[in-house]
Amino acid sequence: MSNTAENLRKEPLLRVVKRAELPTGKIILLRLLAVLLSLIAGGIFIACVGQNPFVIYMTIISGACRSVMAFQGTIKLMIPLLITSLGVTLAFKMKFWNIGAEGQIIFGATCATFFALFFSGLNHVLLILIMFLSGFIGGGLWGLIPAVFKVKYNTNETLFTLMLNYIALHIVSYLRDGPWMDPGSQGFPKIARFDKNASLDKLFGIQFGWLIALILVVLVFLYLKYAKQGYEISVVGESQDTARYAGMNVKKIVLRTMFLSGGICGLAGMIQATGSDITLTTSVAGGVGFTAIIIAWLAQLNPFAILLVSFLFSVLEKGSSVVQSNFGLSTDCADVLQGIILFFILGCEFFIRYRFLFREGNHGTDTVKKEKEG
Amino acid sequence: MKKFLSLLAVLAMVVSLCACGNNQAPAADTVQSTDDSGAETGAQTAAGVMPAIAKEDIKVGVIHITDPAEGSGYTYTHDLGIQGMQKNIGLEDSQIVRKNNVNDSDATAIENAIRECIEEGCNVIFATSWGFMDTCEALADEFPEVIFSHGTGYKSNGTNFNNYFGRIYQARYLAGIAAGLKTESNKLGYVAAMGQDNSEVTGGINAFAMGAYSVNPDCEVYVKVTNSWFDPEGETQAAQALVDLGCDVIAQHCDTPNPQTVAEQNGVWGVGYNSDMSKDAPGAVLTSVMWDWSVYYTFAVQSIIDGTWSGENYFGGMNEGLVTIAPLSDLCADGTQEAVEAARNQITKEGFNVFDGVIETNDGSTVGADGSTLSDGEITGSMNWYFKNVVVK
Repeated sequence: MSNTAENLRKEPLLRVVKRAELPTGKIILLRLLAVLLSLIAGGIFIACVGQNPFVIYMTIISGACRSVMAFQGTIKLMIPLLITSLGVTLAFKMKFWNIGAEGQIIFGATCATFFALFFSGLNHVLLILIMFLSGFIGGGLWGLIPAVFKVKYNTNETLFTLMLNYIALHIVSYLRDGPWMDPGSQGFPKIARFDKNASLDKLFGIQFGWLIALILVVLVFLYLKYAKQGYEISVVGESQDTARYAGMNVKKIVLRTMFLSGGICGLAGMIQATGSDITLTTSVAGGVGFTAIIIAWLAQLNPFAILLVSFLFSVLEKGSSVVQSNFGLSTDCADVLQGIILFFILGCEFFIRYRFLFREGNHGTDTVKKEKEG
Repeated sequence: MKKFLSLLAVLAMVVSLCACGNNQAPAADTVQSTDDSGAETGAQTAAGVMPAIAKEDIKVGVIHITDPAEGSGYTYTHDLGIQGMQKNIGLEDSQIVRKNNVNDSDATAIENAIRECIEEGCNVIFATSWGFMDTCEALADEFPEVIFSHGTGYKSNGTNFNNYFGRIYQARYLAGIAAGLKTESNKLGYVAAMGQDNSEVTGGINAFAMGAYSVNPDCEVYVKVTNSWFDPEGETQAAQALVDLGCDVIAQHCDTPNPQTVAEQNGVWGVGYNSDMSKDAPGAVLTSVMWDWSVYYTFAVQSIIDGTWSGENYFGGMNEGLVTIAPLSDLCADGTQEAVEAARNQITKEGFNVFDGVIETNDGSTVGADGSTLSDGEITGSMNWYFKNVVVK
């Protein structure tokens, strides 16, 4: 007995304990609660800067969906987010920490831009096809580099993919300031706007990248769920030793998956450059590669959930921009608001998996708590 | 590998399917555009190329590269111009939509900002930064009933997309006189946003250098380029580097007042830009090269109301009141006031246009001819040489 008491004293005041699996209903309830709490906390912030929170929230939603044109704008923001989230999902499923989507987007866009700038005279369908392939392969190669080093020398893929982001970005800066500079721009460093022939066509008033994104949702879902390769990815993700024991070629799977992951991100870059920006700029990725990581995890790597979450993110972003102009609220305020909402929702994921234990509690209360939760 | 190839093939098929499937797209677009143009039914007058818009129906969208709240530089000055226009014409607050912090290298952000303005009913768009140009050009095509007016670039379409800028070089010439009279080291520093190829910046440097040369043939202008219109840190560093090179007057063509603050900290002098920067660095600023954009914004909106919008490019100067210099501070050398006034008279009354006659460049060649002056096209488009006393550092 005294032994237990001593143990209790040694315990820290607060301890984090992994929870038993919660029932689905309870998880959903917790998440809704988190959303509610984030809205309240965000509301307090809005009230502090002298605005009515309810009006601001309504404006965010109406600003994103109030008209056909607004909705088109929201979807346009969603396209790169959605595709990139799908791309990083493949790598994450394998527990390969690809945080280099930003660079893969940029390099994919750069490869596609090469054809947009110098082969703009080709047949339209052929040119678009070539640009799709080059975007995919470009992004794929950019993703393959860290994978090769990982399987050969066991380098840290988190750092490696992150560093490649900056290299890709500076390649664009170099091309923009030098070889690819718009000759008509009078010294202003920019790449020329693409020829109409080299830009994506529109479908229902939005570049048809949205259709590709939707198709990719289904393809990635089928690939992960039903394809043999998808199964291999999850086995490697759970345990490389198990995969090896089962006779899988782990190296090959890692290389293949990272090529696909980077390729899909590169596709996002190509679609952004040729469909939305109609040029290549240093903002072609614009943080999408990082936001996509959050989206993929919030959606628990489920492609259909990714579709929903990336839509909600786009609504928030598009709506915030309307709030800025309608209420003169600085764009920084919108960023703070987004941060608050993310903080609560990501925090909630923590509480779904873990809970706190206080030192005061003896074993008895511990079990009581567990019972309550059950 | 085989499977991977087949995956690629499937992808290619999907892609080609999509490419074929989007033929209906233009139809959807046209419907939308005609929908919008139906709203305006003003009669087209003889002088204008666009239908008149009644004062109460005017809605102005302003695309700013930063936030007017920065309080001193480019965006602040443009927004003062918008406020001045609003007052002059008598528009309601609800008739102005501002989009702040629109990244001028993010084409999608620019397009979204402009579309949001149009969606809220804006029929006039003022896009103030160079990088907004290509997007304006494309959207002017898509929304023929909306008037796009773009500052500082070079593109226009003669109807609903024009370009506006001004003879800021006239004011820079005057500022050069103040700087040339003040300098003791005979080294003037100049923080430039863009390099030699950019006519706007290079023309400004030349005018400043020529103004200084006219009163002090011994002085040189040291130029440092930041390669960005808005780079607080880079502008600070460039100004400090110029001070370290021995410059004792720091002039600038960039957005923040940082070069002036650096000058003040180092106990040297400076020439501000955009607004009167003596509020930022009272111990250093001799004068500032200033824009009064309300002159253009009022002119443009009034001409739209009157139905006389011509779609022509605007290139105003000192005579219109678009450009000027701030009142000279007490820091200026004796006799500066007289010299500046004399030059101002030459420009406004005697037809002196700064780039007159034969001009010697810093690579030993010459530009221009006796008895003539450079055309506006040469000033805005092909000024890619430096005046003889300019040194790039």
